[in-house]
Amino acid sequence: MAVIKLKRPKLSWYEHLYLPAIIKGLLITFKHAVISVFGKATGSKELASSGLGVTMQYPEQKWDEHLPEYYRGIPALVTDEQGRERCVSCQLCEFICPPKAITIAPGELKSDDEWAKVEKAPKAFDIDMIRCIYCGMCEEVCPEQAIFLRQDYAMTGTTRAEMVNDKDRLYQLGGVREGLINKWNEVK
Amino acid sequence: MADSAPATADKLPKVLAAEKGMVNVQIDGTWIQVPRGTRMIEACKQAEQEVPHYCYHTKLSSPGNCRMCLVQMGMPSRPAPGHHISFGDDGFQKIGWMPRPVISCANTVAENMGIRTSGALVEECRNGVMEFLLINHPLDCPICDQAGECSLQEFSVDHGRGSSRFEEVKVKKPKNVEIGPRIRLDDERCIMCSRCIRFMDEVVDDPVLGFIDRGTHTKLTVHPGRQLDSNYSLNTVDICPVGALTSNDFRFQMRVWFLKETKSIDVNCGTGCNTVIWTRGNEVFRITPRENNDVNSCWIPDSHRLNFHYLHAETRLDAPMIRKGQNHENADWFDAIAKAAEGLKGHQRGEVAIIGSGRQTNEELYLLKRLAETLETDLLTLVPRFEESDGRLVSADRNPNTNGAKLLWATDDPYAKLDAIREGVSGRKIKAIVVFYEDLLGAAAFKATDLEKLELLVSNHLLPNGTAKASHVVMPGAGFAEKRGSMVNITGRLQRLNQAILPPEGVMDDWEIIRDLVAALDHNEPARHLIEDVFTEIVDDVEELEELTLSKIGDLGIQVTETGETIPLIETERGEIVG
Repeated sequence: MAVIKLKRPKLSWYEHLYLPAIIKGLLITFKHAVISVFGKATGSKELASSGLGVTMQYPEQKWDEHLPEYYRGIPALVTDEQGRERCVSCQLCEFICPPKAITIAPGELKSDDEWAKVEKAPKAFDIDMIRCIYCGMCEEVCPEQAIFLRQDYAMTGTTRAEMVNDKDRLYQLGGVREGLINKWNEVK
Repeated sequence: MADSAPATADKLPKVLAAEKGMVNVQIDGTWIQVPRGTRMIEACKQAEQEVPHYCYHTKLSSPGNCRMCLVQMGMPSRPAPGHHISFGDDGFQKIGWMPRPVISCANTVAENMGIRTSGALVEECRNGVMEFLLINHPLDCPICDQAGECSLQEFSVDHGRGSSRFEEVKVKKPKNVEIGPRIRLDDERCIMCSRCIRFMDEVVDDPVLGFIDRGTHTKLTVHPGRQLDSNYSLNTVDICPVGALTSNDFRFQMRVWFLKETKSIDVNCGTGCNTVIWTRGNEVFRITPRENNDVNSCWIPDSHRLNFHYLHAETRLDAPMIRKGQNHENADWFDAIAKAAEGLKGHQRGEVAIIGSGRQTNEELYLLKRLAETLETDLLTLVPRFEESDGRLVSADRNPNTNGAKLLWATDDPYAKLDAIREGVSGRKIKAIVVFYEDLLGAAAFKATDLEKLELLVSNHLLPNGTAKASHVVMPGAGFAEKRGSMVNITGRLQRLNQAILPPEGVMDDWEIIRDLVAALDHNEPARHLIEDVFTEIVDDVEELEELTLSKIGDLGIQVTETGETIPLIETERGEIVG
């Protein structure tokens, strides 16, 4: 590899003083401070700020309406309009999950189940939200359109156990999602 | 050599090969020599060229019904009248390539044959076959147990289309059918390779499987009134290239891509089938056979492969225990070993007996002998476990390491003293017993009342049982998947057990227990830190194992002694001309 030697730029006597540059910076900051006190800061309207610049007073103020459609929040499991659990516990999300946040115990559907021919459903499905990095790989890899990242982002708990979403909680969060491909429906 | 060199230079390659019973074959441009009568697909394997296939299996006949292994073949052209056969500079005739492909599984090689495993024709054929196979195959992969080790998945990545051109409705067939006590059949997934049918017919001699109906409606089924209930039935699951046959035991337990494979051996009988133990975390999920043509071919009996669930039993002993009155209390290892050693020291020689198990490894048996020597007793025995052989892989001796005991203890009958010990106990001559890995009330046929008379009973178990209940000191040990060591099978082959999972917390490996017990009795014992140290001592002691180490045993084992016994299935296989 070639070694390129760089020379430090020579500073003029004015630049050597430093103080003028610091004063210049302070003035810029002061200018923005004045603008935001009068509620004129860039984007303050769009972001529904407190009127003082772009800073929001979270949690009194929230950004929720401005979340983009592709926002990646808490992952959750969904049921479809037929009330079928979409997850078949193929464990691809468990495999792909970079921080290993997902743990699935696969199980078998009972033979008298309405969807017995799907054969498989998770016995337990845990997502450890302390581990989750909201990357969305689980949603991307799912062959059954069963797991989606929601717009919710605020998940709090006072213990580690509380931060683990179990199967019931995941279905509660995910709710019903319509318009998915129902590949398990009988084709006549 | 110097004399023969000029002579061979004159000979044509075909003559040189014929002298050795070989033929020359050109595979993808490279000439190799293979034995005459080799199947083309095997020759390609030797040349390290992969030929995708479904129906072909090394140990079974070739029906040639999947058509996946099509390759292009060529032979030297027949000379026109008046012409002579001409050889090129390399001594081979020019290959005339056939315009149509042939299946490589059901054709054998010939002298000067050419095979192309790639190229436009071959690729096109494979793509076509894949498309046909996938027409009626359901998109079950997310719920199919075979996913991850499915040939159909693998080859469709290489040779399949991204999307289907088939617009009609896929054929409906029976799904989720229980065709045997341990096997589930999904006919929609079946690609009619007939491996399972041929396996049941040719290897097990119990042809219960077959195809019925025609064309796209062909389905695999079991003979009316029969079930796929042979003790070898689960091998059909292993050889099924797709997820048509799945094991009830492993069904939906875990996806295979999570499982770690550990090569080991089976410990349920003297054959010592080579196995792979599939684990995730600290749990064994399944055991499958591993090919070893001197021991188990590619197969393993169901009864043996399924016998691992006890390792994860709730009742598994997980701490050493000392009896206080009628109850046992958990102790730590120092106290348990000290208590046992103290009790043993207090007895005269002739009052102490040691009962080992034929299910123990060589290392443990060697240390047991050291224990007997330290205690100066010659009452050292194993518990015999003889039942009937099934004429295939299950040997009459259900102890996996009888021959190991014979070698290490330098005796012809390691079971000889059991009767004497049993009588000694009921006659109150023997007052202390150390027993490893055996329930004395089980195969050893001791009486519970006799055990209660003992002054000291030290035992080692995985699960609670009658002997443990009567013991003064109980030392829980490690199961077969939890330890390393070696065993000698009925034919005299030294094989290696490998550790697939860790023993439960609070449990020591068996060899460590015996080591500590010996060390507590005799402080002059050499320090043994690794199981390799024990094996080194064994090597010094036993002539047959000279110059061996645990690593040198290798995955397939080493023949160390001749016992005159054979494995029936291997004998049958060697006697057969497959094809």
